[in-house]
This record gives sequence, C-alpha cells and structure tokens, in this order.
Amino acid sequence: MNELPQQLVNGLLLGSMYGLIAIGYTMVYGIVQLINFAHGEIFMTGAFGALTVYVYILPDGTSMWIALPLMLIGAMIVAVTVAVGAERFAYRPLRGAPRLAPLITAIGLSLALQQAVWAWYPDAKSARTFPQIDGGPFHLGDVTIQTGDIFLLIAAPVSMAFLAYFVMRTRTGRGMQATAQDPDTARLMGVNTDRIIVIAFALGALFAAVGAVANGLKYGQIDFRMGFILGLKAFTAAVLGGIGNIYGAMIGGVVLGVAETLAAAYIADVPGLDQFGSQSWADVWAFILLILVLLLRPQGLLGERVADRA
Amino acid sequence: MRQRSLIAITAALAAGALTLTACGSRDDDGGSDSGSGDGTTVVIGVDAPLTGDLTALGLGIKNSADLAAKTANKQKYVDGVTFKIEALDDQGQPSVGQQNAAKLVADKSVLGVVGPLNSSVGESMQKVFDSARLVEVSPANTGPSLTQGPDWRTKKVRPYKSYFRTATTDAIQGPFAAQYVYNDAKKKKVFVIDDKKTYGAGLAGTFTEEFKKLGGKVVGTEHINPDTKDFSSVATKVKNSGADVVYYGGEYPQAGPLSKQIKEAGAKIPLVGGDGIKDDTFIKLAGAGSDGDLATSVGAPVEELDSAKKFVADYKAAGYKEDYAAYGGYSYDSAWAIIEAVKKVVDDNGGKLPDDARAKVTEAMQNVSFDGVTGKVSFDEFGDATNKQLTVYAVENGAFKAVKSGTYTG
Repeated sequence: MNELPQQLVNGLLLGSMYGLIAIGYTMVYGIVQLINFAHGEIFMTGAFGALTVYVYILPDGTSMWIALPLMLIGAMIVAVTVAVGAERFAYRPLRGAPRLAPLITAIGLSLALQQAVWAWYPDAKSARTFPQIDGGPFHLGDVTIQTGDIFLLIAAPVSMAFLAYFVMRTRTGRGMQATAQDPDTARLMGVNTDRIIVIAFALGALFAAVGAVANGLKYGQIDFRMGFILGLKAFTAAVLGGIGNIYGAMIGGVVLGVAETLAAAYIADVPGLDQFGSQSWADVWAFILLILVLLLRPQGLLGERVADRA
Repeated sequence: MRQRSLIAITAALAAGALTLTACGSRDDDGGSDSGSGDGTTVVIGVDAPLTGDLTALGLGIKNSADLAAKTANKQKYVDGVTFKIEALDDQGQPSVGQQNAAKLVADKSVLGVVGPLNSSVGESMQKVFDSARLVEVSPANTGPSLTQGPDWRTKKVRPYKSYFRTATTDAIQGPFAAQYVYNDAKKKKVFVIDDKKTYGAGLAGTFTEEFKKLGGKVVGTEHINPDTKDFSSVATKVKNSGADVVYYGGEYPQAGPLSKQIKEAGAKIPLVGGDGIKDDTFIKLAGAGSDGDLATSVGAPVEELDSAKKFVADYKAAGYKEDYAAYGGYSYDSAWAIIEAVKKVVDDNGGKLPDDARAKVTEAMQNVSFDGVTGKVSFDEFGDATNKQLTVYAVENGAFKAVKSGTYTG
C-alpha cells in the first residue's frame, strides 16, 4: 500500500497547526519587531479556556456540535485577554527600550504563564483530557482522516482567508499595513498606532485559540507545557516563510510540517542514513531545512514583502 | 538577532529552572548528632518527579515513603528516633536530580534516600550519594547497568555500594514481556518503538533480543522524540508494516497518545509496554482504543498480596489526595528498608546514632531482610531486589487487570 498520501496529509495537518500559531509571531513581529515568545503560552491558555467552557460551564453530556462553537469562543476570549493584557502591562512599558528587554520579558512571561496554569488550574499538574468529536475516521482511498482533524482542515484555510480579507480590505487592516511600513508616519497620518498594536496581538491570539482547539481535538489532551515546543516550531515556521509576512507564516508552517513528517517516514529508507531516520531525528531535519532556506533565501520563502507586511 | 535571541532563551530557561528548583522551602533541624537518643530526627530524602508529565508516579512514591515514616513513628519502631520525609522534585531530569542529590547530601540529618523514578536520573545521582556514603533505595529504577555496571551482559560489576533497589531490572522485565507476547498472546510480528532514554531503550533492547530468540520477527523499529505529541508518521508506518503487536519502551505520557494514534491510523493491534506505562493516566490518554493494550510491571499485583492489603488500607486512611500509583508498594518498602537499617545501626550502637551513621546505614542495608508490602524484601550482592516476580496487566474496560504473574527464568 502506498504510504505517501497518508504521510502528506499527516504533514499537512501538523503544518496547518504550526501555521495557525505562526501567524501570531509574524503579525506582532511585522508591526513592533518583537518576537513574542509568550505566544506559545497564549495558545496554551486558549486550550485551557476551551476546556473550562466544556468541563465547568456547559452541562455534562452537551453535544459536541453545540459545545464546539462555544469552546472556540471561550478559547478566543481567554487567549485574547491574555495577549492584550501582556501587551498592555508587559510590552507597552518597554516600547522604547532596547530590543533585548522586551524579548527577555517575553520569555519571563512565558514561564510565568506556564507556572500559573500549573499552579492554579484544577488538575493541570499532569495532562488533562480534551473532549473528542464522536464518529469514525473517514477514508479517502489510501488516506484516513480523523474526525478531530476535520476541524483543523476547515479552520486553517478559513482563518487564513479571513485574515487576508481583514488586512487587505478593511480600514483597520490598511492601518496595520501603514504602521508596519512606518509607525511614525502612520501616526502623523492619524493612525492610532497603539490601537493597531493591540489589534495585532489580539488577532494573533485569535488564531492561536483556533489552533488550540484544533490541537485539543487532534491529540485528545492538553497540558501546561504544550505551548512551549509548539511555539518554538511555529516561530521556526514563521522564519521559514519570511517573518513579517502573513502568507509566509502559513506556507512556512505547512512546509515545516510536511518536511518533518516525510523525514520521519522516509529518511531511514535512504541507504546509509537508517540511523538518522527515526521520528526523534525529524526535528534535526526540519532545522537543516531551515538553515538551507536561510542560506539561500535569507528573507525566508516568501520574503518580507513590505507592502503586505502586517 | 535571531541567534542571540536563541542563546537568550536558553540562558533564561536555565536560570528559570534553577530558580524553580531552589524555591522548595526547607526546615531541617540537623539534629542527627544530638547523641542523647531522645528526640533525634532522621530525615529520609525522597527524590521523584513531583511536577510535569510523570507527576502521578512521583507523588505516589512521595506519599508512600511518607506513610512508611509515619507508621514507624507511630509504632515507635526505632526507639528515640523520629523519621521525617524531605521530598525534592527532579522533574524527571537527570541534571535536576543531581542537584537534589547534592542538596540531600549537604543535609546531615538525611540518612537515606528513596528514589528516583527514572533510571536516567538514577544514573546522575549515584556517584553523588556514593561519595557521601549515603544509601539510596530506588523503588522504580529498572536499568540493569545501575547495579551491574555498563557491561552487565557479559561481566557484572557493581559500580556503587550505596545503591539499592526494590524494583526488578529490565534485563528481566523485557524478556518476560517477550515470552508473554510470543507464547501466551501468540503474536509473531512486532514493531518496536522506544524513546531513546535509559529506561525505554534498555527495555526495548532486552525485549527485542528475547523475542527474536523465541522465533518472532521484528518488522520495524522507531525511536520517538518524547517532546512531541504528534506520532502520526510513526503510526502510519506501523500500520503499513503489517505488525500484529507494538512494543513500546518508554513512559505513559508518550505511550498514551502513541497507542491512540496507532489505533486511529487503522492498526487495531495491542501496544505492549513496561512498568512505565502501567498507570491509569495511560488509559486516560490513550482513550477507548486502549482496551487490549498490555503492560508488564514488577512484582505481584499490590492489591492481591495479603501483605499489601494493610498498606492499601493505611494509605486510604492517611487521606493522601493522590493514588499510590505503580510504585507505591515499592516506595513503602524502600523507605522501610532504610528504617530497618537505621534501627539495626541504632541497636548496635547502644540505642543512639553513631557518628558515621551514613556509612553504617549503608553497610546495614546489605543485610536488611523483612516482609514488606511487595513480599520478602532483601538485596543480592549487586543491590538488586531478590524478589524477581513480574505481572502482565491488560487494559480491560478502562482499567488495568492482572492477567499473569510469574518469574522470568533464563
């Protein structure tokens, strides 16, 4: 049986997840040139927000079809609140400071958020189970798709289309582009840059929340450390696609996910490389790819087209 | 900028980790040298993962050791000595474990240590304890090299005289699982996966060796990265390999999702693992598909031994919030072995602790022998438990049920 289509779908799913989180890194970087390392934790708090809605707010046994939209809203409220709070209280006071200061703040915030969830969320000291959508897997030829993955397959392109529309067509979106290009001139032209920056953080959190619900549905469990490694991978995806470019984030995510999956599946079959082919080496191959891309195209796959930067 | 930021993350994370490990409050009174007999406090150190993925097992170890200390105090088992537990969190990390070991060594009232859970952590702690001649009894380390040296297959040499364990080794557990899978479950084609850690890789290795010897076929091997939860590419490979069973050397945080994803990929075959996956969290993580998955664990089922019923009842009565988990009985026995050794030393010295109490306790440990929770507890010339019983458990309707107990014979 041909394994390739299934592995490609596996990679696409993993990559869409990276892409959804990567948008948050790339938008914030595009506008304030800050690498928001706490973004992985914003994603994690979103997942716990969704779980809170399901476990503590909705009555037991609520159908997933009703629960899912409410969980999504819960995840978004929590993630956006955390992100906007972080912007207001952790990053805004440091806006004029040297670049390293907000970066270290971001790392501190990331640790603080992890520990806060660990300490105060009920039973979060080990992994918590996330509700699943019933129904068997779907078969398309050689490819099997899980019910939980359907959400991701639909949500990722829809989110992307919404973002493209928002940035290109709306007044606020154009304000974001202007701020990204030149914050000072944008302010002189009457753009409220503080508001734009808050919106950038909030939008990034919104997509992280979608990713968080998708992640819970896909793996059936969430824990307080889930955001750290995924956040690093998403950051890598953002760099791979060209940091600051929103389409680049999505494409970088998919490329990274497919590369990891294919490396885990096929490198071992290359003669002489069987030692380096297992899943534990997948990250190594993914980062080799990143280095190659950055050597050949330092601006990333799509580059940072200033006009689209937002 | 980008490189600098990565260095910055590493540095900040290291600093963060250090701060976190340093913030456990301690209130030791260092009273071991107060020779008067009355009111001497002996601290039994506990090192286990109290936070992170392996919390369920770690807290079980801590609570059970605590129960042993409390029982000894209540019975006034050692005249004039009060036992106290000092539990440190190693997060399952060898580097943190080593710092904890140094911390316990520095506290003069510590006369013995129960732990750790992970063989890799055990490796990093052994030398620190041995140079202080502080006895360490692990309830859960199963890596053979810890007691029998790195060349344990050919030439057994005990590396550290202060290290003991109440758990059986992977040298026995892996082959025992292989025999069950091949002879009893009648599975002939296995896909072997491990997490590259001391415990997981060792277990997978000894399993593979015995399975091949019996005539079984290994249709594929994989090593996973314990940091991720996405094993979809591995699951697809398992499905296409035509294996009728999967053996996983590792622990439940990865084994659960792995089992789930293998079944979702369409391979309805059981996943078999060692004592590291025998925890209810495994079933929780693996979901409904885990019915039929197997786990071997050291010793007879705690609930079925007569000697264990009292332990289970006492544990419940003490009102601990967390379950005693897979290693509860062994942890109680480990702590009790230390208590026995301390008793011997105190009795030999006319009712009080000698000046070189640590060395004396380590010596006494070699000859400790008592009826514990898990059966007879005593140690062979390598510091291994003489009790070599194992049990196979199967997941049935969302719970582990014992299906076969026995001892592995060559």
